[in-house]
Amino acid sequence: MASYCRPRTVSEVLAALASAEGHGRVLVGGTDLLVHLRKDPFAPTVIVDIKSVNDFPPAVEMGADAVRFGPTARMSEISNDPFIAGHLPALGASARVVGSIAIRNRATLVGNICNASPAADTAPALLVYGSTVTLTGPGGERTMPLADFFVGPGQTRCGPDEIVIRIDVPIPDRGHRSAFQRLTRRRGVDLATVSVAAGVDADGRIVLGLGCVGPTPLLTDASPPVDLTDPGTIEEAVEELVSIATPISDVRAARDYREAMVRVLAVRAVQAAAAASEGLSS
Amino acid sequence: MTNSPVYPTSEVAVALELNGNHVQAMIPAHRTLLDMLRDDLGLCGTKRCCAEGECGACSVLLDGELVNSCLVLGAEAHGGVLLTIEGLSSNGVTDLQAAFLAAGAVQCGVCIPGQVMAAEQLLRTNPDASRDEIRDVMSGNLCRCASYQRIVEAIQSAAAGRQSDA
Repeated sequence: MASYCRPRTVSEVLAALASAEGHGRVLVGGTDLLVHLRKDPFAPTVIVDIKSVNDFPPAVEMGADAVRFGPTARMSEISNDPFIAGHLPALGASARVVGSIAIRNRATLVGNICNASPAADTAPALLVYGSTVTLTGPGGERTMPLADFFVGPGQTRCGPDEIVIRIDVPIPDRGHRSAFQRLTRRRGVDLATVSVAAGVDADGRIVLGLGCVGPTPLLTDASPPVDLTDPGTIEEAVEELVSIATPISDVRAARDYREAMVRVLAVRAVQAAAAASEGLSS
Repeated sequence: MTNSPVYPTSEVAVALELNGNHVQAMIPAHRTLLDMLRDDLGLCGTKRCCAEGECGACSVLLDGELVNSCLVLGAEAHGGVLLTIEGLSSNGVTDLQAAFLAAGAVQCGVCIPGQVMAAEQLLRTNPDASRDEIRDVMSGNLCRCASYQRIVEAIQSAAAGRQSDA
């Protein structure tokens, strides 16, 4: 029997998921879930609406060393937050381009990650900042790097009886700068064709988060220190970093185009980050 | 295309404030707010178009925020305050709607209720919106007749009218 419930506590959420025996789906914004429901009307889905849970961590909490996002942090809040724009600019910029205003009023950061689309707009930035994901379930809490959380398209390490209760995004050291670049076919309400977040530290080491060029959002290793004033050097470093990309052809773009564009966007993202003033990049 | 599951679905009771009136309904758990409005409550001003959050034709204001009613369950609106195009124009054509008509922004008309809801929310939250801001905010509302220029002109005209009235 398909059904809907609106638990009030985390333990009630976990109980509802356990009794759904794998058919439970957590609902917050619903901007992905309701599309899935429509496309799969044969599943006896138990919808667990967690918007009324009263013992979640706060939606957005500014810690001394990290910004913590609870399950109800919406894109509209994240994209309008001046602290995030100042300290986590690539995240703010990526939240700002999700869907439309109506979508951003509902869609959540945790939902974006749990949906695990390779095109998830906020994933490259979260990866670049070294974010961690904390899950809670019958066995208690566990925390892992976001890079380990993604398994494949639509697949994560979150079990059917678990929920993501928090994403911790470390606030970068002074001198770290970051930026986000995204390619779409049209400006509004489109999924990314390729997206790249770049972080550069005070020594010129580059880290990239890549969207839409692999089965999951990808995080590169850090490059050796690079002279960020030399475009040729940036291009060489980017060429090495984006070698982890394995794009496919789909309705939005061909593989060759993605392979070319991921390089272009990565160079632009690094240059935008390098050009940003310290601690307050664009 | 309604969001109709082919398996048994439990029903949920929904009570909300709809266009200033208290409304109750029993609906299947998976029914969207859009389908509840049109099929259970008979309010067909909110249009069913892409039904997956791409086009904005089903835009309504839930608890004062613009949402796509195709991406909200009816059950989620329980206890909420909902404004649809019928409620917005309950006293006749609004200044914004009149501006749409005067600008010739209404062609086939299917997208217009959603356009008007999005534009109304824009005027309420950012009455001095620039042309670029209007285009940015309205980018979630598609118009297959492509009367975008006239829609932006209509919004600018309504904004100017409200400024001079204020």
